[in-house]
Amino acid sequence: MMEKMIFGRYVPADSVIHKMDSRSKLIIIFLFVCVIFLANNAVTYALIGIYTFFMLGMSRIPIRFLYGGLKPVLWLVLFTLVLQLFFTKEGALLVSWGPVKIYEEGLKMGIFISLRFFFLILMTSLLTLTTTPIEITDGLETLLNPLKKVKFPVHEMALMMSISLRFIPTLMQETDKIMKAQIARGVEFASGPFKERIKAVIPLLIPLFVSSFKRAEELAIAMEARGYRGGEGRTKYRQLSWHLADSLQLVLLGMLTILLFLLRS
Amino acid sequence: MNKSIVSLKEVSFQYDEQERYALNHVSFDIYEGEWLAIVGHNGSGKSTMAKLLNGLQFPQQGEITVCGMQLNEESIWDIRKKIGMVFQNPDNQFVGTTVQDDVAFGLENNGIPRDEMVQRVEDSLRKVKMDKFLYQEPHHLSGGQKQRVAIAGVLALRPSIIILDEATSMLDPRGREEVLETVRLLKAEKALTVISITHDLEEAAKADRIIVMNKGEVFREGTPEEIFSMDEQLIQLGLDIPFSVKMSKAFRQKGIDVSKHYLSEEELVTELWTSRFSI
Repeated sequence: MMEKMIFGRYVPADSVIHKMDSRSKLIIIFLFVCVIFLANNAVTYALIGIYTFFMLGMSRIPIRFLYGGLKPVLWLVLFTLVLQLFFTKEGALLVSWGPVKIYEEGLKMGIFISLRFFFLILMTSLLTLTTTPIEITDGLETLLNPLKKVKFPVHEMALMMSISLRFIPTLMQETDKIMKAQIARGVEFASGPFKERIKAVIPLLIPLFVSSFKRAEELAIAMEARGYRGGEGRTKYRQLSWHLADSLQLVLLGMLTILLFLLRS
Repeated sequence: MNKSIVSLKEVSFQYDEQERYALNHVSFDIYEGEWLAIVGHNGSGKSTMAKLLNGLQFPQQGEITVCGMQLNEESIWDIRKKIGMVFQNPDNQFVGTTVQDDVAFGLENNGIPRDEMVQRVEDSLRKVKMDKFLYQEPHHLSGGQKQRVAIAGVLALRPSIIILDEATSMLDPRGREEVLETVRLLKAEKALTVISITHDLEEAAKADRIIVMNKGEVFREGTPEEIFSMDEQLIQLGLDIPFSVKMSKAFRQKGIDVSKHYLSEEELVTELWTSRFSI
């Protein structure tokens, strides 16, 4: 069950977005985050909305998956809306209801900012829904490669990430095992007062830590035995391939940017 | 016998914190193409031996030669290409996120070009009959399957020697048989030298030669029959002799004459029901 929480993010499907190079997706998301701030009127926001929903449509991700990812942040979006609504005191007064006063500018800002928030979340969840974590890691490693010149440990970071990803399910299984073993010895994880439940986590965490350290050491030995000696002179098995679709997507985003520049007030 | 592929001369090793030598003036040769089992109870120095052969530890005294190369700081990378190791815990040696990534890991380390890597990954997975699991993630595999992937990872580097460091001790009987059968087939096909470090004498029984370690020294060396004939001594060393050997001994004590050399359980059963009709 816990596995699903993390790996359930990726939804396999046969779509243009799924087939895209993870590098282009990362670049697009990064640029999108910047470009979205160009929007400042109804037309430009509508444009960004169209773009976002166009991308979502192409990804062929069922709406319920998107909704699942959005649900926890939707409250935050609403909260932003409310906050803007009540605390921006500019423009014409629209509603005056006792101490609650809603101004025109407040309504506008509220809607714009929550829309911006909403689109950002949609686009970033699109990345994680259509790209496996390991693909994201590979993409990041290649994109950050120039940083090696300033001694930034790009290869090591990527390796750490991929090893963490590989061990998450293993550690989940182990946690499950330890939990059962401790329950058999009378530890209560699910009931009792809050303080007791926090205390019950200790007999779960300590064995988990001890075994993780042991795993790490054994893994290091195994890696060394298989000839691992850092990133130098290493070749890569996983390959990223940049297709026409990737370039076209970038062009599309470029066009959006130009339009935003032209239409913003 | 064949020519020596690994040779140890007067090798001693001591872990930093310990007073006792983990290995004390050990000398022996391993010959090309043989299956050698190194047995001993916990702390006999058998696992230390595996680490020394691969340059994961260096001896304080003595000389180790692998494939004609003397083992030292400079030669370890070449030697590690010659020696593949499979460790005890199937999970803790699985580096890649999927089966194919894990097999490729060793190849990546050695800078093999990608086209050749793809070929080698496929070939070696086919050899261990795991080629249908190319994209599988490790937590969906059984222990035996993971160990076979580990063997494929080793195989892809085309080693001359495979060391099984208690590689079957965490597996269920079926997984154990799967792994040993795979190694047996590969050994026959590729003329590999296999060193299996184990405390399971059933596994050792199938080796060509056994070295018994005790307290950091070579206690005895010989064919499985020779080793099992010293049964009382083995038990004193904390090693249990295989069930079929115990049975044969009990039969002989009862005056039923069964052959002296080592028999597996099936062989013993066959001998009993084919040669006992005359009684």
